[in-house]
Amino acid sequence: MSEAAPLLEANGLKCHFDVSAPLLNRLLEHQPRQVVRAVDGVSFRIDKGTTFGLVGESGCGKSTLARLVVGLYRPNAGAIRFEGVDLAAGTARTGSKSPQARMQMIFQNPYASLNPRWRVADIIAEPLRFRNLVHGRAAVSARVAELLRQVGLSPADAQRYPHEFSGGQRQRISIARALAGEPDFLVCDEPTSALDVSVQAQILNLMKDLQRRLGLTYLFISHNLAVVYHVSDTVGVMYLGRLVEWADTESLFRRPQHPYTRMLLDAIPDLAMTGRPRTPVAGEVPSPLDPPPGCAFHPRCPFANARCRSEVPQDTKLPGGAVACHAVAEGRLPAWKEYGA
Amino acid sequence: MNGWVHRIRDSDLYWSFTRSKLVVVSAAITLLFFIGAFGAPLVAPHNPFDLASLELTDALKPPVWIDGGDAAFLLGTDDQGRDVLSTILYGSRISLVVGFLSVLFALVLGVGLGLVAGYAGGMVDALIMRLADVQLSFPAILIALLIDGITRSVIGQDRHSDIAVFVLIVSIGLSYWVHYARTVRGSVLVERTKEYVLAARVIGLPGPLIALRHVLPNVMGPVLVIATINLALAVITEATLSFLGVGVPPTEPSLGTLIRIGNNFLFSGEWWITLFPSAALAVLVLSVNLLGDWLRDALNPKLR
Amino acid sequence: MDPLLQVRHLRVEFPSRRGALTAVDDVSFGIAPGEILGMVGESGAGKSMTGAAIIGLLEPPGRISGGEILLEGRRIDDLPQGELRKIRGRKIGAIFQDPLTSLNPLYRIGDQLTETILTHLEMSPVAARARAVRLLEEVGIPAASERLDHYPHQFSGGMRQRVVIALALAAEPRLIIADEPTTALDVSIQAQIIGLLKRLGHQHGTAVLLITHDMGVIAETSDRVAVMYAGRIVEIGPVADIIKRPRHPYTVGLMGAIPDMSRKVERLVQIEGAMPRLDAIPSGCAFHPRCPRAIARCRAERPELLAAGSSHAACWLAGEVVHV
Repeated sequence: MSEAAPLLEANGLKCHFDVSAPLLNRLLEHQPRQVVRAVDGVSFRIDKGTTFGLVGESGCGKSTLARLVVGLYRPNAGAIRFEGVDLAAGTARTGSKSPQARMQMIFQNPYASLNPRWRVADIIAEPLRFRNLVHGRAAVSARVAELLRQVGLSPADAQRYPHEFSGGQRQRISIARALAGEPDFLVCDEPTSALDVSVQAQILNLMKDLQRRLGLTYLFISHNLAVVYHVSDTVGVMYLGRLVEWADTESLFRRPQHPYTRMLLDAIPDLAMTGRPRTPVAGEVPSPLDPPPGCAFHPRCPFANARCRSEVPQDTKLPGGAVACHAVAEGRLPAWKEYGA
Repeated sequence: MNGWVHRIRDSDLYWSFTRSKLVVVSAAITLLFFIGAFGAPLVAPHNPFDLASLELTDALKPPVWIDGGDAAFLLGTDDQGRDVLSTILYGSRISLVVGFLSVLFALVLGVGLGLVAGYAGGMVDALIMRLADVQLSFPAILIALLIDGITRSVIGQDRHSDIAVFVLIVSIGLSYWVHYARTVRGSVLVERTKEYVLAARVIGLPGPLIALRHVLPNVMGPVLVIATINLALAVITEATLSFLGVGVPPTEPSLGTLIRIGNNFLFSGEWWITLFPSAALAVLVLSVNLLGDWLRDALNPKLR
Repeated sequence: MDPLLQVRHLRVEFPSRRGALTAVDDVSFGIAPGEILGMVGESGAGKSMTGAAIIGLLEPPGRISGGEILLEGRRIDDLPQGELRKIRGRKIGAIFQDPLTSLNPLYRIGDQLTETILTHLEMSPVAARARAVRLLEEVGIPAASERLDHYPHQFSGGMRQRVVIALALAAEPRLIIADEPTTALDVSIQAQIIGLLKRLGHQHGTAVLLITHDMGVIAETSDRVAVMYAGRIVEIGPVADIIKRPRHPYTVGLMGAIPDMSRKVERLVQIEGAMPRLDAIPSGCAFHPRCPRAIARCRAERPELLAAGSSHAACWLAGEVVHV
């Protein structure tokens, strides 16, 4: 953990969605307002040139967090700072050096993230043209060709349409489009979840290469722990809108603190076939519409006590990270048999 | 250029087109109509709109294969001495022009409103959709009649004849925009959540630009199909209005006018004045409808 | 012991305007009673097609164009629809990927269960209901007798998949075909479902054909595994052997491409290119254009499954020792 200022810093981020029934229905049927607390107080920091991996299961809010960071949603509370600049301050996304311009995003679904009616050349060139990064038709074509080569495709592919490409190739095109905006920071929302294993390996290798060569910083979101382990320097675990634990990768995976993290690591299928003993997984993720009071994980936690059922745990700072767990704070969490040992 | 031709030949659309004889025939017939209608000055034996060339002595002549027929008038003449065949050709032109332009008008209006409603959402969406709902409660003919009638009374009968065709186009167009708007709105709602739209927002493009450049090309598919079916409807609506006497002026008869005129003579035995224009209208509408059906199925990826 | 299911030289084709496309090409394997056979491969490998062909649910115009499928010694691939329907459900059960669409949203769970039971087993409606309650308890649904009267939307994703498993087990089938049963589920739920499938398989002596793209799931559940590529089985054998000592270069590449949480590597093993499309399958060994060890024979002759250790690999170089 460097002492230098982080590239991105989030503090107390909250994003709530009002999913109540229409006003008339609520009045007539006496229904209460319903709010989904998709992100409910998340704080973290990402250093330049590193990859922050965010894991969690469905309903944990990681996709919402990704969209918050990149500006697609507005937070209800909290602040995001990019190189010290508060993103909520400047309103327009104009100007090639504004914070939003230096952030780009890669999406999960390779079949929906490219406009099916546009040629690849236009798709990739759009950020170039919109931000006037390059001038003139010839320069634009040259830059598009260069970007295609960078992601492992051929410049001749520029004239084709997205449907002529496979899933893995389409993700490469998405990456090329993201790079066209000359970003410093890439938010990757499950970029390989829809891809086959061998294609995933290609894309992950590519992303690592690009990070090294271009000095990129990644926020990498995935539900796949093995993938997150492979790409991340720091990992955060989310559960029902809260960041329950974050630490550097090795610490989190070898010495997980939060009971949920331990449960997740236990649940992963044992590919190495070590035959290790597992704690049986209990219960399911509750509905985000009606989260449990206190610590959201308490119904499934073997260490829950009365305090867990009523009080939301605050962050306990650890060397290299933080955990939000009463059991850890009170020192009553037993040691965990190291994973893979 | 060559590559382009090859792309068409290889495409799924072309393949499904050539597979169905019915569709090919429909397309051929529609094409024939077009050539006949727009090439009328070249193709038609007479010009029925040229009032000077009409001779009342030629009136009510039967088709050529019946006793009393004249080879100069293959399908007979009407009560003014107009050649039925020529009038069908010239009249088709009016029907097609009115049909096309009114469809175009409805399309632009409907697609535009649907795009705005779907993309903007909220109050704007609600407003436009309520407007659509209100309009749907009126039959299309009624709306066309209303607008036509209002224009007549406001502008006056004589001036109205001059711009009758435009009034007709606008009134028919206004009665059919809702279908486009609803369909487009539905598609826009779906496309709006897709990731390529999100990607455009992340790049920083403003909303209207995204709606126009990214979303619009992807929602036009069903619009094309609606338009072909709408064309048939528009032609019939124009014919109906002309039949009712509130469409085109009687000096420039369309298919509908001819049918109306012929109606008066049905019982006195001059059947050809009604029959041939009606048959022409039916064949045209049927062909366009079949084309539209084929297009809908051909463009449906699930059936491919 | 005689195999419960025997598939011999199965061929599934799709007529298209470019000629017939072969989705499953000369696939042969057997499943013993009570065994769990995993079928793993990437998208387009033909594993789902194989499962669909066995249970007779191939979507037209796809059709079985060659080979035989024998269940308990009897051919089932050439049965008329009526006979096939009796076998389906009674002898073979199915679990599909999406629990949301596998259940009819308009009917109560109990009704769907009892309908299946009564279709295949002779018993009174009261006995059928009691059996349904027992099934729900077996798959781990609490308060089973009340939940019987609930609708699918009142269950969460993981619970729904358990109901689907109960439905598949309802008529006591000898074989269950599970097509990506855990792919749509969270990892913690996945672990529960995997454990359930294993336990039920052993308790009831039901054989399972587990189709998935996830090697980890196979490692946890299966006794043997068949690796599919471009419609063919390229390697088949005991699961520990295939995972720890893969022989076929594709399996080697596949195992190397999976991120390993026990140690951090800089780069994952990368197999260049992609699986060939059905209308462009290479001659000889379908994997040869991507194979780092291809020789001339690989381009010319399609390899048969050759013995390699305790498993079989369709590779001309299978006999040689392959590094891991």
